[in-house]
Amino acid sequence: MLHKLYDWIDERLDVTPIWRDIADHEVPEHVNPAHHFSAFVYCFGGLTFFVTVIQVLSGMFLTMYYVPDIVNAWESVKYLQTQVAHGQIVRGMHHWGASVVIVMIFLHTLRVFFQGAYKKPRELNWVVGVLLFFVMLGLGFTGYLLPWDNKAFFATQVGLEIAESVPYIGGDLKTLLAGDPEIVGAKTLARFFAIHVFFLPAALFALMGAHFIMIRRQGISGPL
Amino acid sequence: MQRGKGMKFVGDSRVPDKESRNKIPKDYSEYPGRTEAFWPNFLLKEWLVGAVFLIGFLCLVAAHPSPLEQQADPNNASYIPLPDWYFLFLYELLKYKYAAAQYVVIGTVIIPGLGFGALLLAPFLDVGPERKPSKRPITVGLMLLGVAATIWLTYESAAHVNWEERAKYSVANVPDVEIDEDSPGYQVYSQNCMSCHGDSLQGNPGMAPSLVGIPYKAEQIKDIAKNGIGTMPANQFQGSEEELNQLAEFIVSINEQASGSGEGGEGKSEDGGSSH
Repeated sequence: MLHKLYDWIDERLDVTPIWRDIADHEVPEHVNPAHHFSAFVYCFGGLTFFVTVIQVLSGMFLTMYYVPDIVNAWESVKYLQTQVAHGQIVRGMHHWGASVVIVMIFLHTLRVFFQGAYKKPRELNWVVGVLLFFVMLGLGFTGYLLPWDNKAFFATQVGLEIAESVPYIGGDLKTLLAGDPEIVGAKTLARFFAIHVFFLPAALFALMGAHFIMIRRQGISGPL
Repeated sequence: MQRGKGMKFVGDSRVPDKESRNKIPKDYSEYPGRTEAFWPNFLLKEWLVGAVFLIGFLCLVAAHPSPLEQQADPNNASYIPLPDWYFLFLYELLKYKYAAAQYVVIGTVIIPGLGFGALLLAPFLDVGPERKPSKRPITVGLMLLGVAATIWLTYESAAHVNWEERAKYSVANVPDVEIDEDSPGYQVYSQNCMSCHGDSLQGNPGMAPSLVGIPYKAEQIKDIAKNGIGTMPANQFQGSEEELNQLAEFIVSINEQASGSGEGGEGKSEDGGSSH
């Protein structure tokens, strides 16, 4: 039955080469922890992706309860945390995942750096990877404000002051992020929500796509 | 620049030279060494590692519920702001003399810009063919310096935070409790403790912590009321032994109520837990 379905699709779309690109490739001995335990350092990239998937899924569930406005944001998080079944676990996963993903990206970056795996021909993949790191930091920064508690509010104020200190464009940059040159308030929360949930994830998915396609094209760098 | 046929790859890159383009890549079995098929052999192992990782991660989540402090209050002037831990190194940088005040651009733009810019452009700064760390001491040295500086700044920042002071200013995860203001314990509380700890045990920023969610038992509470703790002086409690018992009983009952509503969400959801 499944075979027939596959053949039917394959006859029209020729999906076998796509499948081959995604899954049908060899894993060299030097990156396989089953052969050399020290190869566990090659797991950090995959674990980063794994935590990112956790972040995306838990974030999707959080938006089912979260309300991005200054009157209800904190109340909705509190409701989620205290009244909703498993709400505390879902928010906990998103909260701790944000930290764990930074740790994993950091370890993955160090592995690639010290092994010199960013060298020709993989320069572009390194650049995309560092951009992914910046996007993750941006997601961390914008996500911090959303619960709208004191910690969130005052940390964001400091962050916006830092943005403001940039020469020439600082004032405009702050207004772009906060929605107002002076006030950190309703507009700020709405903007941070939009950036956190739409703009940065879009950039994240595009960059991750590029990152993975390049890995498939170029393969994993050889042993040192 | 040598392109196409003469192009040298690092490692086993599979981007083919022009002549062999559009040919099917080699089968994995043709690679030297003990290679393994990604699908399904290696993927199964990856899933096992992922499952173990997920269990550890969920243990972390279960052991430490994510914090939610009091609702944002822009007028709370005593609050000490602190960014998330992975921004602490940038925050700490601004505390140095030549990275603050009129030099703030150095701390906010120039130093982070140089650091992250160099990271971004690393492949174009370190263009030699050598991959071994020992063969490229300058690159590796600069990276080690950067990592050490980041860790040091983060440590410095976290070490100088007065966590106790912060705990007083920010009341985290205050559970909803119903206080029976007619109970004898509350009468004793209002005479002896309320001026510092507030009319509903919520604490007072900068002065006294909340009494909801404290780990003490009745005997310890009695001792603290008489002999003080931390910055709390002794002899705050002025009353009889019977009143002291009522006070301790009252505070313990409030804490039992708080821990009950904090953990069992659903059970207590109807008796006013969600009203504010």
